[in-house]
Order: sequence, then C-alpha cells, then structure tokens
Amino acid sequence: MSLNLEDVARIALLSRIELSADERETTRDQLNGILGFIEQLQAVDTTSIEPMAHAVDVVQRLRPDVVTEIDHRADFQAIAPETEAGLYLVPRVVE
Amino acid sequence: MINASLKQLSAALASKKVSAVELATLFLDRIEKFNPILNAFITTDREKTLRQARTADDRLKAPTGTQSAGADITPLTGIPLGHKDIFCTKGWRTSCGSKMLTNFVSPYDAHVVEKLAAAGMVTLGKLNMDEFAMGSSNETSYFGPVKNPWDASCVPGGSSGGSAAALAARLTPAATGTDTGGSIRQPAALCGLTGLKPTYGVVSRYGMIAFASSLDQGGPMAKSAEDCALLLNAMAGFDARDSTSLERPGEDYSRDLEKPLAGLKIGLPQEFFGAGMDDDVRAAVEAALAEYRKLGATTVDVHLPNSGLSVPAYYVIAPAEASSNLSRFDGVRYGHRAAEYADLAEMYSRSRAQGFGAEVKRRILIGTYVLSHGYYDAYYLQAQKIRRLIAADFVEAFKHCDVIMGPTSPSVAFAFGAKSTDPVQMYLSDIYTISTNLAGLPGMSLPCGFGNHNMPVGLQIIGNWFGEAKMLNVAHQYQKVTDWHTRMPGSLA
Repeated sequence: MSLNLEDVARIALLSRIELSADERETTRDQLNGILGFIEQLQAVDTTSIEPMAHAVDVVQRLRPDVVTEIDHRADFQAIAPETEAGLYLVPRVVE
Repeated sequence: MINASLKQLSAALASKKVSAVELATLFLDRIEKFNPILNAFITTDREKTLRQARTADDRLKAPTGTQSAGADITPLTGIPLGHKDIFCTKGWRTSCGSKMLTNFVSPYDAHVVEKLAAAGMVTLGKLNMDEFAMGSSNETSYFGPVKNPWDASCVPGGSSGGSAAALAARLTPAATGTDTGGSIRQPAALCGLTGLKPTYGVVSRYGMIAFASSLDQGGPMAKSAEDCALLLNAMAGFDARDSTSLERPGEDYSRDLEKPLAGLKIGLPQEFFGAGMDDDVRAAVEAALAEYRKLGATTVDVHLPNSGLSVPAYYVIAPAEASSNLSRFDGVRYGHRAAEYADLAEMYSRSRAQGFGAEVKRRILIGTYVLSHGYYDAYYLQAQKIRRLIAADFVEAFKHCDVIMGPTSPSVAFAFGAKSTDPVQMYLSDIYTISTNLAGLPGMSLPCGFGNHNMPVGLQIIGNWFGEAKMLNVAHQYQKVTDWHTRMPGSLA
C-alpha cells in the first residue's frame, strides 16, 4: 500500500514533527520508496516463528530499592532551554 | 610516531622517550593542520586535552607501587584518542552530529569514556558522524560531511566517518565508534582501518546516545587488530546502568593474538559472494582468502539464506526503535527549542522540525508508521520474526566453521552525492554488515588491499557470539604477513 498526503500529515502529527505542505509531498514520495522496499518482508512465511525483540535473552535485573544517585538537578537544569525555581518551563497547558 | 602501534606508543611512554603531553601536542598539531580539509573532528579543546595529558604524565612518573588507588599505569596510559560525538563526555559538547544538540554540554560521562579515561587515555576531541548515527556516508552530519583522506572527493563511510577519517589521516592513534548496522565496519573498510563491533551487551551503552537500542554497540577503531584488542580490554565490562549489559567474567582480548591459524575453518556465505559485489572488492577479498589458506586455514561454503532480508528487516526495526528513542528530544529538558510557537504541541513539533535533519526525520516517520495501530503486526512483528530467521541462519552456519568471512562493503568509497538522493540505495551500502547486528554477533573489518581508484577494501570477519578474541587472533595473524594496515594516504605525511 502507498501513503497519501493525509497519511503523511497523520504520521507527522504522531511523530510531533512539523511538515510544511511542500515537505509533505517529498516526504510522501520518499516514505513510499522505503515502504516499497520493506514490502518484500510480507512475502516471507513466518508461521510459528517467535518474534525476536532482542539479540540476547536476558531478563531485566532487579536491584535493592535504595537511593543510589545524588541530586544532579542544578547540573541538569543548567543545560535546559528554560527553567525557574527548579522547574522546567513550557507554554501554559491548563487555563 | 604517527604510524606507531599502541604497543609501541606505550613502550615509548614507559621508557620516557616521549611524554603524554608531547604525544597529545603532536596529534593536536596534526588536527589543527588537516582538520580544516577533512572535517573529522567537530570539537577540540587544547587546554582540556593537555590537562588530561599532564595528569597522565604524573601517573607515568610515579614509581611503580606508589600510585594511589585507580591510578596505576595501564598499557593505554598517556595514549591519545578521539571519541565519536555520540558518547557523552562530561564538560565537552556532545552533539551527535545534530543541530538538536549543538549546545548540549554533557553533564556526565558515558561508561566507555569513563573506562578509557580511567585507563589513562587522553581525549583529543569529539569526532564527526552522521546525525544520530543514521547514515552510511557521513553526509547527514549537521556539521558538514567528512572527507575521505584517501580521496577528498569520496565519502569516508558512516556513521563513524569522523573516527575513520581521523585514524586514516593519523590525526589520532585510536578512536571509539558505534555500530548499529555497520557504522564501525563500513567506514573502517572505506578508510583502510581495523574496527570491531563486539557481541551485543559486551560494551555498555550507558551515555551512548541511543539510536536503535537492541542493535547499538560501541567498539574500538584503530590501525590494527592488536590495537583494537588493547582498546577493547579497556572498553568492555559489566555496567549496571545499561540494562542489557552482560554480566560475564572479564576477558583479555589480546590473549590469543599469537595463536597460529593452522586448522582454522573459514565459512564463506555464498550469499555474500554473489552479484552485487564490485569486481575490485571481490579480487581483494579473494586474495585475502588465498593468504589465509597459506596460513593453514581451510574455507568451507556456508549458507545464510535469509541474509537478503536483513536490510528491509533492519529498516523496520531500527526506525521503530529510533522513533521511540528520539521522542526524548522535545525542547523541554535539553537540546534545541524553537524560538516561536503558539502552544506546547507546536513547541514540540517545531523544535523537532528545526532540530532534526532530513534523514533523521524520515526514520522517525517510518518508525512511527510501522508501530502505529493497524500496521504493527504487518511490519514490526513480521520484521522481528524475520530477525529470528536471520539469527538462526548464523547458528546453523557456525556448526561448520570457526569464523565467517566476506566483504565488508559491496564497493570502495563512493563520491559525495552518489547515493544521498536515494535513501534505499544508501541503505544497501550496509548489505553485508546489518545481519550481524540483527543477530547480536561480533563483526570486524580489516584492510585487505586496494580497489578502483586506489581506494581501500575491507575484509569482514564475523565471529560466533563472544568470539572477539578468536576474531582478533585471525585478523592479527593476517596483519603479521601483510602490510595493508600500515599504509597511509600519501598527501598527509
């Protein structure tokens, strides 16, 4: 199947990436090229094959529930676009 | 000195023939001279580098046995290296080749950076790369493309193109790289170097900016297998901060270097030797195999019937993981934030539109699509099932051989612009390397001659899981009887 401009707009919205009208057209063509290429996977019979999510079979490690990190807030906020009183500032979301 | 092996540099430092400061200065001066042409380094800081070198000299001067804890002399103490700009380095800008992180000065060190610093290595700077490691030519870097030192009109390969170019031009004797689909091996091949991608989980991913977490693996890049073994000794090891780091006993990756190769069984996947490989690459690889037979190895045909599906499977799995990993770049806690926006949603979408380059956006969009409702099973789950088929092929193949060999890249370095307008053509540059990442296997590339236009050709060695010491042995024995790995571009002497 191939994507149309509406599909591209919807994927861009889900991806939180702004695309101009011009960019949408080029993007549609390029994404369709890539999807056409990965389409060949559909022809493979994978009945009864377990999906492989990871290269090694390891289970998530557990650790004792104790504090291991010291406070780095000042270091981390020094590189933030906008902070105030130890908080990250973003545009108002609740009126 | 610029062509010396790490072992030779180590000996020169130990015998006081050279100091760490002199060595760092030698390479910093070469960077100053040649980087304006090559664009291999994104960031250098002479003061910081020399400070680290002075500390290394103090460490080297202290009489044996008097060092304070953690300051003992290692074979790498005082040797300079460059870090791919994907590794967080405290106090240094860590850009990942992206506009998104142009102003990101890392507040912490990656595990790999920490370990190499603890060994006493001196950081020369941060190396250029494809943006977020997405590319095979270094043309997607926000900081501009890296030139191949063998021919400045050609790409160095990618994504670790800065690491490869800096090594080839002898701007550094060692470098770190990362490999998600071939990003250590392909640039190593295109620039005439030796590079190793370890088994998934051997090197910690902590502080290595994530692209596709189930595939990403850091590793050493250098002139020779012997150098790579020394570097891997210092880079590998368990790290609780990476949830996929493997808890295994430490290994000396140099231990088998001198073992003779008599009786070695080399598997040749027929799928790697079919159409698609350029004739010049084929000739160099065949000549290398002949050399291995002289060393006592035998070759046996093996089959990887699903390897042709590795590139399309990868271009579902890697973008899917990337779309999730790169959602953290939202202009809130760090990274680029757009100057103008009406509300929070627009702040996100505009910051990301401005901060990411075209290839990164494409992969986020593809990844978002294959994970979205109604397409997940058809694309993502199907690709994961094919990933298992690809891994199972290797299990079968390794029943018949000790290592697998083939070309690293289907061609020698190509010209700028040759593939950059067609994403799928670019993706096919990694046709021989991607399957090892999907399987989690170790892979390496070493120089095995020159092809068209006198450009380097890489031989790929794929090992069984945790077969690094064996692969390094196999590569080192070849490098003892050949001199391809000692060649450097004439114009940069």
